[in-house]
Amino acid sequence: MNLMWICLLHLLLMLGLPPLLVGIIGRVKATVAGRRGAPLLQPYRDLLRLLRKGAVYSTTTTWIFRAGPIVTLAATVVAGCLLPFGNAHAPLAFEGDLVVFAYLLGLGRFMTMAAALDTGSSFEGMGASREAAVGALAEPAIFLVLATLVVATQHLSLATIFGSLSATATSSPALLLCGAALGAVLLAENARIPIDDPTTHLELTMLHEVMVLDHSGPDLALIEYGSAVKLFVTSALFVGVLLPRALLHPLGVVLGVTAVAVVIGLVESVMARLRLPRVKQFLIGATALAAVALAAQLFAPGAV
Amino acid sequence: MTLPLLAASFALLVIGAISTWLAGAHRAAPWSGSAIGTAACALGAGASLALLRIGTVHTLRIAWSAPINELSVGVDPLSAFFLLCIFVVGGLSLVYAAGYFSGDASGTTASAVAWLQGLIAAMAAVVLARDVVVFLVAWEIMFLASYVLVTFDDRDAAVRRAGFTYLVASHISVVLLFVLFGLLVRHAGHLDFAAFAAAPPAGRAATLCFGIALAGFGIKAGLWPLHGWLPEAHPAAPSPVSAVMSGVMIKMGIYGILRTLTFLGPPPAWWGITLLIVGAFSALAGVLLALAQHDLKRLLAYHSVENIGIIALGIGIGVLGTATHAPGIAIAGFSGALLHTLNHGLFKGLLFQAAGAVLHATGSRDIESHGGLLRAMPVTGALFLIGAVAISGLPPLNGFVSEWLIYMAALRSGVLPRANGATIAIVVVPLLALVGGLATACFVKVFGVVFLGEPRRAPRAAAHEVGGAMRVAMALGATACLAIGMAPMAALQLVVKPAILLAGPGATPAAVDLSALSALSLTAALLGAGVGVLALGRWWLLRRREVRHTVTWDCGYALPTSRMQYTATSFAQPVLEPFAALLRVRIERTPVAGEFPRQAREDVQLSDPGEAAVRWALSAVVAPLTRVRVLQRGPVQLYLLYILLALLVLLVWQVRS
Repeated sequence: MNLMWICLLHLLLMLGLPPLLVGIIGRVKATVAGRRGAPLLQPYRDLLRLLRKGAVYSTTTTWIFRAGPIVTLAATVVAGCLLPFGNAHAPLAFEGDLVVFAYLLGLGRFMTMAAALDTGSSFEGMGASREAAVGALAEPAIFLVLATLVVATQHLSLATIFGSLSATATSSPALLLCGAALGAVLLAENARIPIDDPTTHLELTMLHEVMVLDHSGPDLALIEYGSAVKLFVTSALFVGVLLPRALLHPLGVVLGVTAVAVVIGLVESVMARLRLPRVKQFLIGATALAAVALAAQLFAPGAV
Repeated sequence: MTLPLLAASFALLVIGAISTWLAGAHRAAPWSGSAIGTAACALGAGASLALLRIGTVHTLRIAWSAPINELSVGVDPLSAFFLLCIFVVGGLSLVYAAGYFSGDASGTTASAVAWLQGLIAAMAAVVLARDVVVFLVAWEIMFLASYVLVTFDDRDAAVRRAGFTYLVASHISVVLLFVLFGLLVRHAGHLDFAAFAAAPPAGRAATLCFGIALAGFGIKAGLWPLHGWLPEAHPAAPSPVSAVMSGVMIKMGIYGILRTLTFLGPPPAWWGITLLIVGAFSALAGVLLALAQHDLKRLLAYHSVENIGIIALGIGIGVLGTATHAPGIAIAGFSGALLHTLNHGLFKGLLFQAAGAVLHATGSRDIESHGGLLRAMPVTGALFLIGAVAISGLPPLNGFVSEWLIYMAALRSGVLPRANGATIAIVVVPLLALVGGLATACFVKVFGVVFLGEPRRAPRAAAHEVGGAMRVAMALGATACLAIGMAPMAALQLVVKPAILLAGPGATPAAVDLSALSALSLTAALLGAGVGVLALGRWWLLRRREVRHTVTWDCGYALPTSRMQYTATSFAQPVLEPFAALLRVRIERTPVAGEFPRQAREDVQLSDPGEAAVRWALSAVVAPLTRVRVLQRGPVQLYLLYILLALLVLLVWQVRS
């Protein structure tokens, strides 16, 4: 019974909170820029408005274009079910679920890119190509972080990994490095500055936004909502690595991801987007940090 | 009961091959040949499934007077598993071949079906062989059958050249195998495989055998840097043949390596590390070179190098686990490698068949000329997408299951006590992730450029959906991909027995707990349910609303043409750029010039330094050998003289000793 409530709370958090994060980021950016900014709940209103609209489809597109947002959102939500928040339990937990977590996000990326190519627009093709490059470089960094967590905790499931991390609550240098690498991946995966600028108006410089130029109405709502859920899920993972204790209580999760949103807002306020060739160096740097973390965890004296 | 069934299937394949070949010019010959072959493969697949379930070892010895005492054939779980791969992928290709060759009524297509049956029978004989003579004879028949099929379209000079490359590579491979078996026979004093396993060589002799086996079988498997022949030969063959060659024939190299490992006793850890290094380079080189291709079949052939690399990574972890007495890791690694062997057969077969369908429908293998084929070929396109998701290793399809097993083996090695040498296997984790990300990029590129968007050069009206037999074969392959992805526990049952056999003494089913695989079914089901609910919700929302159709939004540009679409080369460029240092890049460009530039083009060719080094080494060896050519003048009299001289030398030698 208790477990069921935990799962319900988990789903509620994961499905209800994400648009708020987007609102917080926008509000922080507005405040730093000296504007009042939109209300915190504006993203919810935007989603509802999109859901009430009709749709326009390009005559070039096929069912792939319509399947893209749906599969991406479904894969992201299932991936989110593998993360424990609020307790050491996740609705879905088994040995090796960390691989499933990363690959479900990969499936989402595959379908988003395919949907972009379905329009036949060269802008969207360009976005898909950049997304493919960023994705391929982010993948080893994520897996190095996950491998470090496995070596550090001797567990192979996200739920038990974070359960064990919060029980000991010791912050080792390896975990800090992991946190740094994961922070970089978080920005790249969610198309934030300095990798990508979600609010830019020039299609030529976009990564993620340019892939969804042609989607409208409910499809666009699914995409926006899916991006928000992905932001929430990856932020929770990041919080779990840096402050494992926060994952023990639902309130900790809410505060943690809110803090991540505030930090993202601050980063976006003070930084410019990197030039595209630099993006690769940024991600390779993250991979190097994670590799050092793994090596430290494997060879450091006193390691488990 | 199962053994006669297996024998019947083998006999049926041979009879089918001969009768199809003889029936040659008859119009029904390709169809009936395919039907007989498919029936034989279905029988054989059933028999090998039953044998895998029982898991017993049978050996049959046939007395043979000269020049050796007896011939032996047999079956154990390892053979049964590879038989299953051969019969399933072979059978599907025969179904496909019935449609593929039906358009052409000339006698040559029937002979292609006949040779295809012969190739399947020869591969079955390779895995059934239990002594050196049977093995090598079957191996050579397998090569000859595939050579005939590769050079099937021999009016094309490029095909003849590819055939020659294949010929040379296979000869080098078989010479190495002769050396390998020579060493093993000298040590065991017998030609029988059982004798090799009973008296394994030790120390330096074992290492020598392992090295030669890795090189000899590695050429067949297409392991880096010995893969040079593969992207030449596989695209040259007709598509049903490419499917069999990439799907199962190169796996005979994997089988050879695994079988040799059972002859060599407990392996040292560094063999595993060697396999990991070779596998890592194969996987990475394969996927990077595939990204750079724009010939559809060549691209798929390079992906075979990548997948063989992934299989080698699994075997490497397995060997490391065996060497360091960690049976759980060994079984997980070998299971992953074996399951990936079957999975790769299924999805690569499917992809080559779909590529064949595209070639059949449009007449072009150049992906840059395609686009928008999903509308003209909805079934082929959807099935290609299933193959593409599967080969990228993404859930919920079969490629993910086998990669998950390899990930589990690698991650578990990180949980071992540090003193255990197997911990090094954890480097496989980020590597597999990188290869997976690159494969995703590559298959988004292929699927997007070929099937989505607008046609680039060839008018779409010309393309058409392919015939029923081809669609059925592809649909069956896609169903198998989905089934293994949804029910991975059942798939694990296929590989656990051969994996335990490979993991050596001490390995028991209890040594490894892979029950978490069943949770993958749950995840896949949840994913399916989520997609269903969302699709329904979207339909419900849009049901009474205005849905308009118009041109693609091109940021306000009013006159877009299909040639302005992103090309495959452009798509791959940013993905490849960080790896440019690992590859040799050759760019030919006509730059943009003048105020009103007429045309500009850029042609990027990538090649692999490893393969270039092998070619250089080969030519360095061959150059001094060309001096021997003076013996090869042509007149028959000269050869008679050689024979006479050889006989005289033998006589003198025999008399003196």
